[in-house]
This record gives sequence, structure tokens and C-alpha cells, in this order.
Amino acid sequence: MNIMIVGVGGQGSLLASKILGKAAMDSGCDVKVSEVHGMSQRGGSVVTYVRFGEEVYSPVIGKGDADVILSFELLEAARWLPNLKNGGTIVTSTQQINPMPVITGAAEYPNEIVEDIKALGVDIRAVDAPAIAREVGNERASNVALIGLAANVLGFDHEVLRNAVASCVPAKALDINMAAFDKGYELSK
Amino acid sequence: MKKLLLGNEAVARGLYEAGVRFVSSYPGTPSTEITEYAAEYDEIYAEWAPNEKVAAEAALGASIGGGRSFCAMKHVGLNVAADPLFVMAQTGVSGGLVIGVADDPGMHSSQNEQDSRHYAIAAKLPMVEPASSAECKEYTKIAYDLSEQFDTAVLLRLTTRVSHSRSPVELCDRTEYEVKPYEKNPAKHVMMPANAKKRHVVVEEHLAALAEYAENCPLNTIEDNGASVGIITAGNCWNYAKETFGKEADYLKLGLLNPLPKQMIVDFAAKHENVIVIEELDPVIENHCRSLGINVVGKDVLPICGEFSEELLKEKLLGIEADYCEIGAQIPMRPPVLCPGCPHRGVFYTLSKLKLRVSGDIGCYTLGAVAPLNAIDTVYCMGASISSLHGTVKVRGEEDKYVSVIGDSTFMHSGLTGLVNVVYNGGNTTTLILDNSITGMTGHQENPLTGKTLKGEPTPNLCLEDICASLGVSRDHIRAVDPNDLPALEAILKEETAAKCASVIICRRPCALLKSVKRQPALVVDESKCVGCKACMKIGCPCISVTDKKAKIDASMCVGCDLCKQMCKFGAL
Repeated sequence: MNIMIVGVGGQGSLLASKILGKAAMDSGCDVKVSEVHGMSQRGGSVVTYVRFGEEVYSPVIGKGDADVILSFELLEAARWLPNLKNGGTIVTSTQQINPMPVITGAAEYPNEIVEDIKALGVDIRAVDAPAIAREVGNERASNVALIGLAANVLGFDHEVLRNAVASCVPAKALDINMAAFDKGYELSK
Repeated sequence: MKKLLLGNEAVARGLYEAGVRFVSSYPGTPSTEITEYAAEYDEIYAEWAPNEKVAAEAALGASIGGGRSFCAMKHVGLNVAADPLFVMAQTGVSGGLVIGVADDPGMHSSQNEQDSRHYAIAAKLPMVEPASSAECKEYTKIAYDLSEQFDTAVLLRLTTRVSHSRSPVELCDRTEYEVKPYEKNPAKHVMMPANAKKRHVVVEEHLAALAEYAENCPLNTIEDNGASVGIITAGNCWNYAKETFGKEADYLKLGLLNPLPKQMIVDFAAKHENVIVIEELDPVIENHCRSLGINVVGKDVLPICGEFSEELLKEKLLGIEADYCEIGAQIPMRPPVLCPGCPHRGVFYTLSKLKLRVSGDIGCYTLGAVAPLNAIDTVYCMGASISSLHGTVKVRGEEDKYVSVIGDSTFMHSGLTGLVNVVYNGGNTTTLILDNSITGMTGHQENPLTGKTLKGEPTPNLCLEDICASLGVSRDHIRAVDPNDLPALEAILKEETAAKCASVIICRRPCALLKSVKRQPALVVDESKCVGCKACMKIGCPCISVTDKKAKIDASMCVGCDLCKQMCKFGAL
């Protein structure tokens, strides 16, 4: 199983990858999680790879190789679409964060990304993850809400994934994160 | 018990299990977390040194003092530490000594793509390279055994993908080693010519013994699948090779990169019709094979530049192109930017506004070079902002047009000697020290100016003003300013660039990401006053956008630094 977590530096993709890595370990799989640190984290396009199965070697996922792309930002879903496997699924937040070339007017943020991806016959599920997180108390739980939304395509036993969320999020934000996860999962059904 | 560990975390676990007592490092992506995780063990003394040369010398001293010791750095840090590195082969060790060096193929967070394996050859040191977190831990422990067995420092080479990927690791207990008795032995430790000549002979003997070890050691392994293709590889490239070829190839996986085995490679090659060497960056293994008269597929097909992947190997070696889809719309790039509230933003805005030529340095603030600030002319290596500008100005004589810009941690790393050179040789350049109270780029490490050690203990924090004064800069020309006070910053910049002597401007404001920095309420645009002039956009803040001729501030990102407010002539913020 190949999962990519994509977004913008600072959106919490490291925590999301820790959760999925833990769930994979607890499912008895071999697992590799590849993270990004340093310069590229500063508001840049950030991608994390989570791979699990019987035997896993490469820590990264190439073009046409991801079963699931979990995207915290809409433009990033479009950027990493080429990495999706034929028949794979994208679960994306509809949140838009303008990159600097858009802010300075050097480029335009494409309209209708979700429609364009759908038109290619790709299974894309787009939801306002920050709104769900706000509803349960804190927008910062958007990443966990999105994991909840994707729970049924990530390939984990539900309880294993839920327990992984519980053990990875900061203790003081446990209740909000669990609520975000459950709310996301509810909406995916 | 198995745990999912980051490669760097697994190296730290290896240090713990190997009974290491002393760690001294300077942070650098992708090596930083090794030392941070090592510091979490009470049994290990761990510290941040001001630079890699100091760190490596401290680790050498700890080894000679009888304890197992370690030092970590990124590849370019090894350039800084090269002087002690070369001597380590000659002096040998008392307690085991391992130097961790993390290369960055693909330059995720670096200014070059150098291949540290050349250092192992040049310094005549053994080098090991793991391919997974489990091997990070195991090879670290083996490196200590090699260090003590062959009386030499050992290089542990990592690459970004191994350092920064998590995979399962079996945890073991720590083995304690007594601190060995100190022995005065000038013939081994006083490296003057008469002694060093004798030690060189010993180094060659050790290398010969290591070469013999390489032929039959647990680090170099063969996977025989009865295939006609034989792949010789090492480290993370082995992972890509396994994904690409599976059981359709045999593998010679090299865990010991220096010295490389000879007979083992000759025998492996003899059994295969095609031999492929898969290695990122330079053709080190390939050239070794060719020197043994073996014809291999290597850099004739695979690139020297950039990092490898399964996708790349499939394309280049098997002719299989990836099958994928994409949307028709142009997707704008998303380069990294200075964070909302970054104290460096006002500095680069002002430098750009005054049209000063800027000699930059290594850190978050390198991002002052990108649009829309476009403020930086040059960035070379740690500390070069001050020293290279001195040369430029001596040749051009236009000192009032230039400034150098350096962060607090980088200044302590290697800016001090550059400033001494300016003062000593009558230079009159202006140096801006961006003091954000932390080492920012690598993820918030303490440094000699922060008042805290790596372990979080209080320590005297050095005073930048006093340091600069003691280096010979006149107290009248050492100025401190809050970089978010744009009028004050501009006035001081004009005065000091006009001054006919060396001057220092300390731009002091803590990193906006520090927990101690309180987030202020987000700014709100008064749409009745906003005329859509885009003046607020000149500072390159990712929170601000203009749609339908009205500025908009993303309240979820804005930290209320007020810099944009100073840009607005209409009071709309």
C-alpha cells in the first residue's frame, strides 16, 4: 500500500505520517515513512510517503505508484496527481493556500481543480477539512479530520487506525483530535 | 521490542546501545536529529558546538580521554571539520570514535551535492553506510567495534532518504564500557613530522588490514537469486534496486564503502553476464570496479546529478516509463518562503528598498533572495557573507553600496574570523547580524547566544555587542535595532553604510515560530480604506493577497507582526 501525504509546510503532515506509520506497524506490516525536513518545510510544497506491506524497500513513491493521495491543500492535490496509480483515490481538503508566485501575480491559482481531476476519471473526494475541524473545536485538527475522511480507503482496520491517532496526537489535544477523526469518518460513509 | 524509528533516531539509539558517552555536533539538515535524539538519553553527554571543526575535535578529545564518542554533521559540515578528520586516521583512538556525515543527494536543503565518500578515501578512514533504520542502529554499533579494533575513527555515511525515513527497529539494551585509562603517548598523539611519518606507515597497515576485513565481513553481503544480472550497490540505492529488480537480479550490497573489497567484487562479477553499479552522485564504486578490470553499466546510463528512485531505475535500466495522468492547467510552483511574522522580512524589504548589494549567508534568511524581496546577491557557504564581501569591497571600493547579512548561529559558526579580517585589514564593510535567538533553519537548536545548552540547561549567553567590540569594531558602530521598526532600521542602515569604518548592525527579534513568542491577533483589512495599491504585498508575506482590488489577510496564518501595517499609507490595516 502506497500513501502520499501532500500539503504546505506547517500543515501537520509530519503528524499525519506518524499516525499512518504507527497504524501500519500495529497492523504487523513492514513499513517505511519518508519525511521532509529543513528548507523545503518553510511554507513550501511538502510531501510525505507512507509505504507498508509484507516487504518494503524504497522510502519514496514515484509517478503512477500511489494508491491513495491524502492532500491538505487543493493545489497540492493537483501537483501530485501524476503520482496516483490508475484506479487510486485522492482525498483532499478544499483549503486553498496561495503560493508566492500567485500572491505576487506571476502565476494564477487554477480554477476548478476538483472538476478537472474528476474529468480524468479519477476518484477524488474533496471536503472542507478545516470546517470540520472548526466544528469540533480547533482548525488545527484538520489533518486528523482528513485522516478520518480517508479512513475507509487507507487499508487499515478501523480500530487500529483510531488507536494510532490516539497515541500520536498531543495528549492535551486528544479529545478534539478524536472528535475530528470520528467526524471525518462519519462524513465519509 | 520493535519501534518505528527515523533513521537519525536509530543512529542515536545505536549510540546509546554502543555505550557512547560523548556527542558533540553542529546542526545541519539532514543530520540534525541524531544529536537531538542522543541528548534524550541521560547516559549520553550531548552538546551543540559552535561549528563542526570544534565538534569533531571535541569528539576526538573525548575518545582520547577514553570514552566512546560521536560527532554528526551534514556533508558540507565535513568540509569545515576536514582538518581534524584527516588527523584522526593518524592518531587513532582510545574509546571508539565515529563521525556521522549525512549527504543530501537532490539538495533538499543544501547548497551543493558533494559525495562524502571521497573524504573517506582521502582521509584514509573506514566508512560504513546503512540502508534502513534497522541498519542505522546496527552499523553504528559495528562502527564502534571497527574503530577500536583497527584503532581509527570511522565515518558513518547517511543520505537524506535514510536519515529522514522511518522503518522498524528492534531495540536492545545498552552495553556500558568503562572509560579507558589515560595514557600519555606523544609518538601517537603529537602530530609533528617525526611522529607523523611513523604514523603514516601505521595508517597504511590499518588500511591493509581493513581491506582484508572487507573481503569477508558482515557489512558486505551477497543475495544470490541465480540471476544473470549482478547489481553492486550500497545504502539507499539498494532499496531502489530491490524494488526495481526483485528476484530478477543478484545483489552485492556494500555496507563498508572504504576500503571496498576487491576479490569479492571480482568473484561476483565473474558469475554474471551483466554487472550494474547503482550509486547516487559520483562513480566511486564504479571506478573501483573499472580499476579491477571489470566492465560495468553505471554512469553511462545513470545520472551523476540528483537523487535516484525506483522510477528512475525502471526508466533508465529497464526502459519502463511510468503510467500517469495530469490536469491541463499550469500548476504554479510553491517555493519555500519566510514564515508569517519572520523577523528577517523587514530587513530584506529595507535592503531591497535601499538598493544595497547584499552578501548573504546560510540559514532561513537565504530566502531573502527570492521574489518579491529579491534582496540577496550572493550566498556561498557558512560565514562567507562577511569574508567574501571584504574581498569584493577591497577590489571595487564601493563599501557604501554593500552589506553582509548573517544569522546569529552562523556568525558564531564561522562569521567571527571573517569580522576579525575586516577589522584587522582596515575594511569598512557593514555586517548585519540577524539575531532571532535560535538556530532557525534546522528546526530550533540552541546556540552560544541563546543562554541554553542542548540538554536545556541554563548557560551564560554570550553578548553579540561585546563580542563585536572585542573583535575590534568601534562601540559607536555596533548598533542594535528591532528589524520590524522599519524607519529605525532604514536610518541606521544609511548611517552605518556611510561610515568609513567596520560596522555591525544587530537586528534583534526572536523567530516567530518560537513557543515563547506570543502570537498577536491577526490584522484585519478595512475595505473602505483599502485602495488595492498592493504596497502591502512588497514584503512578500504569504498571508496577504489582493483580490478584486482589496487586500485580504489570511487570519489563520497571520501572527500580527504589523509589518504590513507600516507599508499601508491609507490606514487600511
